[in-house]
Amino acid sequence: MKFALAAMAIGLAGFTVAAQAQSITGAGSTFAAPIYGKWGEAAASTASVQLNYQAVGSGAGINQINNRTVDFGASDMPVKADALAEHKLMQFPTVIGGVDVIVNLPGIEANGLKLTGPLLADIFLGKIVKWNDKAIAAVNPGLKLPGTAIATVHRADGSGTTFVFTDYLSMQSPEWKDNVGASTSVSWPTGAGAKGSDGVAATVRQIPGGIGYDESAYAELNHLTTVAMRNADGKFVAPTMQAFAAAAANADWSAVKNFAIDLNDQKGAESWPIESATFVLLPTDPRDEKQSSAVKRFFDWGFSHGNDIATKLLYIPLPAKVQDAIRAAWQAVPGSM
Amino acid sequence: MPGRGDHEGIFGPVQQAVVPGVTSGSAAKFRPGDPIFAALARASGVFVLLLLGSLIMSLFIGGIPAFRKFGLGFLVSTTWNPVKEVFGAGVSIYGTVMTAVLSMILAVPLAFGIAFYLTELAPAWLKRPVGTAVELLAAVPSIIYGMWGFFVIVPLMSQYVEPTLIDLFDGIPILEDMFAGPPFGTGIFTAALILTVMVVPFIAATMRDVFETVPPVFKESAYGLGCTTWEVMRSIVTPYTRVSVIGGIMLGFGRALGETMAVTFVIGNSSHISASLFSAGNTIASIVALEFPESPSGSLKLSALLALGFILFVISFIVLAISRTLLRPKLKV
Repeated sequence: MKFALAAMAIGLAGFTVAAQAQSITGAGSTFAAPIYGKWGEAAASTASVQLNYQAVGSGAGINQINNRTVDFGASDMPVKADALAEHKLMQFPTVIGGVDVIVNLPGIEANGLKLTGPLLADIFLGKIVKWNDKAIAAVNPGLKLPGTAIATVHRADGSGTTFVFTDYLSMQSPEWKDNVGASTSVSWPTGAGAKGSDGVAATVRQIPGGIGYDESAYAELNHLTTVAMRNADGKFVAPTMQAFAAAAANADWSAVKNFAIDLNDQKGAESWPIESATFVLLPTDPRDEKQSSAVKRFFDWGFSHGNDIATKLLYIPLPAKVQDAIRAAWQAVPGSM
Repeated sequence: MPGRGDHEGIFGPVQQAVVPGVTSGSAAKFRPGDPIFAALARASGVFVLLLLGSLIMSLFIGGIPAFRKFGLGFLVSTTWNPVKEVFGAGVSIYGTVMTAVLSMILAVPLAFGIAFYLTELAPAWLKRPVGTAVELLAAVPSIIYGMWGFFVIVPLMSQYVEPTLIDLFDGIPILEDMFAGPPFGTGIFTAALILTVMVVPFIAATMRDVFETVPPVFKESAYGLGCTTWEVMRSIVTPYTRVSVIGGIMLGFGRALGETMAVTFVIGNSSHISASLFSAGNTIASIVALEFPESPSGSLKLSALLALGFILFVISFIVLAISRTLLRPKLKV
């Protein structure tokens, strides 16, 4: 009898442990995969949520949450308000990442070259074809520019990074906006496409005169030659964590619905002009409230304890007031925290 | 020879005992295993048909919105603009056919040389290692070829091969346009090179195997008449094995048409057609692989990708049909 009771107690104990370490599934953004992975490792013990995240791409992540095959979807591109309403989803940002412009110009060091948005658009439109073009020389007085041809490199696979970059070019150049536009994959007027961040970096590295774009974390870890960009205040800034954080702090988050903020070209003397938040999509009609409450608990843990991990991985944590606003917005999703 | 008689004495009765046992058993007893096995075999056959049919149907049905929107123009339109939702298959069809045909032009003579060397010329001690190496090359996963192509071949192409060829043909009409443009290293030509490396083992292994099926007596008679090795190859071996050789080439062609990952790495992935072989392009398989993850369900883009898959099916079918008609007259003889 005593033995049976003891066995039952052990069984119950096992059950409660299993119930605490609740398992949640997410799918989508490859850009955010490293941070969700690290948060997942840390949160498994401290917040007792076991995250299973599949980095299948933002578009596929949106598909999966629309079909409710996962507990949350992750997208680098904010979802439009009518689509959110149609699929009964709630959207919130998690972390911010910058996009760097990288070049291969022998003799020119990192951030030695300065570019403006309109110049960058003209380069990717194929209107500026030589590095010693007068327009580039005009913003780089004193810099010795080579006469090599400009070889533009872009992401060939659909990517949130491409969305951020083309969205910025659309803001800077009416011609880009009319002829190319902004999306996860666009019809590039010129240049070569490479697969993945590593493909863009390697292709730029292989071609003298190459120019491309990559997530800042990737560019930083691989010591790529970055370019200083002119921001909305007319100042040239280098892509640093301070510059990314400045843009996030200067943005007016309260002016947009569903947190669908565009962080490109934000005001502020120190702001880096090309960056974006990455988003999570949560159903407002969850099949299982326990799952949605576990998802909320996971990101709540990430906001309160995960900022250091994010900074280490070269993501920019959201400003504290935005994190608080997200916690308030979670009221719309059933499931206690 | 007493020993021989003993052996016959042992085997004789055994054979007689076995043969009647088999015939009487199958005639008299009903075996439930037979109809079950027949049904299973039939089901397996029908399963293949069902599988192929449902694949084609699902691709076609998925592609209907794109076919309806763009009509026959879908096949020739060279626009691929996800932002404005205008899609055309022209660039991908061109890239698919162009890379596959180019790779066959390079691969068939090379594979023929390998098979010729292995069956007729190579010393016996070298046949096995070279033959095994060919088979190992066929077993290398395509992603490995893609990475090798991107990190080894592409830099070589952009730094040495392409600038040299561009300078060499500069000023010669037609060739000047075929080998032009900035030497990115990636492009149609590099993709064809990688495809060549990938399909050569298939074609070479098939050719070697069928060359070895030629009865030695045919070849020996030809040699006896004073033929050279090349004459034996041209007049005896090649005509005798023609059907299987074309079969092997078609196998390689099919692989070249549908190859995805390796091509995606090195073709440059751009939606433009250019006269230059060094320009970036894409193939049906590469564009589907790259665009699929970012295509929301129900979107026109997804439909266009499924339509592309259907078109690839049709191209493969046409290739198969052509090879069948090429073979038919000889098969009847």
